[in-house]
Amino acid sequence: MNAIFELFQYKFFLNAMGAALLASISCGIIGSYIVARRIVFISGGITHASFGGIGIAWFLGLNPILGAAVFGVFSALGIEWISKKTEVREDSVIGILWAFGMAVGIIFIYLTPGYAPNLMSFLFGNILTVGSLDLYLLTGLCAIIILVFSLLMRLILFVAFDEEYAKTQKVPMQFLNYFMISLVALTIVLNIRMVGIILVISFLTIPQTIANMFTQDFKKMIFGAIGFGFLGSFMGLLISYRINAPSGATIIFSFVILFVLAKIIQMSILAVKRSTRI
Amino acid sequence: MNTLLELKSVNYAYDHKIVLRDVNLKIRENDFLGIIGPNGGGKTTLLKIVVGLLKPMSGEIIARDGDNSRIGYLPQINQIDKKFPISVLDVVLSGLMSHKKLFGRYTLQNREKAEALMSRIGIEHLKNKNIGELSGGQLQRVFLCRAIVTDPHLLILDEPDTYVDQNFEGELYEILDQLNKQMAIIIVSHDVGTIFSHVKTIACVNKTLCYHDSNIISSEQLKAYNCPIDLITHGEVPHRVLKHHH
Ligand SMILES: Nc1ncnc2c1ncn2[C@@H]1O[C@H](COP(=O)(O)OP(=O)(O)O)[C@@H](O)[C@H]1O
Ligand SMILES: [Mg+2]
Repeated sequence: MNAIFELFQYKFFLNAMGAALLASISCGIIGSYIVARRIVFISGGITHASFGGIGIAWFLGLNPILGAAVFGVFSALGIEWISKKTEVREDSVIGILWAFGMAVGIIFIYLTPGYAPNLMSFLFGNILTVGSLDLYLLTGLCAIIILVFSLLMRLILFVAFDEEYAKTQKVPMQFLNYFMISLVALTIVLNIRMVGIILVISFLTIPQTIANMFTQDFKKMIFGAIGFGFLGSFMGLLISYRINAPSGATIIFSFVILFVLAKIIQMSILAVKRSTRI
Repeated sequence: MNTLLELKSVNYAYDHKIVLRDVNLKIRENDFLGIIGPNGGGKTTLLKIVVGLLKPMSGEIIARDGDNSRIGYLPQINQIDKKFPISVLDVVLSGLMSHKKLFGRYTLQNREKAEALMSRIGIEHLKNKNIGELSGGQLQRVFLCRAIVTDPHLLILDEPDTYVDQNFEGELYEILDQLNKQMAIIIVSHDVGTIFSHVKTIACVNKTLCYHDSNIISSEQLKAYNCPIDLITHGEVPHRVLKHHH
């Protein structure tokens, strides 16, 4: 136990804790939206497409996260636009974009002369090495997300629930959809540093799924997802530090443990309810 | 009587496949129009044009209110995600989406109105339930509330009697008869027998629209309207479908 307290004296650990909290908030809110609107596959496409941006930025000597953000947002807007066209098979397009982004990223990273970056850290993330810039960017993102959801949550929910009906109600749903998918892309990109490209989608879905076991209410689902997200990332952080494995993997591992525990609790609650009813 | 809405030689196609051809239709105050027709005949498409979701390829839509703001719409239910995390009260309130400021909250009046309507339709006890917990009939009631919470001049229902028990069907038509005193209604239904005993006029939609200015129609007339629908008959084959009994 003392070893845990000692950890809090280190700046890198405090940074990591801050990052875990910010990741839990941004992924908790945006992930609930993704799960409710059933755009998990779209989000996976955006995640992998953004790797192309990382590669190109690396090649040009720019900040990789900036490259990922530009690539991610543009592919998100593209997917949203394509989904309005009835003659296109949206999921096939997402599949192509998914692979294309990865291919572009790998090609440009290998084209870059000199030291090849640690690909592993983009693929699996490392929350223990986040810097101040990452934290500032994530803080800004969280502020925007919290502001947007406290002002517009109902509208966002209504449009996600029944887009066609929202259209008959003259709400600016087209704009809202483009705006929301951009927020999704930014959330994904800024959290890549924490858990990596391969695993970010689980940060956006597992805590939400756990919360969803106990509540059907969107607002409660958000708070639950933030809580489970933070608990899981704290556990993952400790494991990562202990066994020196990439934080992305240990965090997701912790999520799955929480998921299993939650499932057991949920089933015993149901069993108790059933037995008291008889 | 005052015309609420008029469609003049409207044509519609999905990527070159013509679905509606030269449709003319006039809806007046207090109309109660039943639309029948085969699957894929274009009924849903026609309703979407009326509520403004689809723009006709050619032709004109003239609305008395200037736009479609006073239309209540109950879409075909199979397009809705029943696992979506939203409560019954929120679904009803979403009907008032355009009646509040973009960043504003729902007022007490909004809520009271929604709740009063829900008790009139008999779903007030469900208000905090999630839509996933409801039966088909209860869900249709919720969507009916959402459609009429704005006091529309015209109510449009797309097959509200699918996935619904007989019990609710009777109740639904009772409610619609009541509502018809305040608003015009257009209803699409496959249950030919039941709608004929409630609607005032009939339209057959099968690429073209044939208007029938009465709620009594014979098989021969349906055939002439290019509307391959079986009239539910019992006993001697009647040529006129009057009140239908189950
Ligand atoms: N979004 C769409 N894209 C292409 N074709 C469509 C679309 N929606 C409907 N259709 C086609 O248009 C025709 C009419 O459909 P619809 O209006 O739903 O008929 P109904 O409601 O009478 O069953 C059908 O042949 C259907 O396949
Ligand atoms: Mg239809």
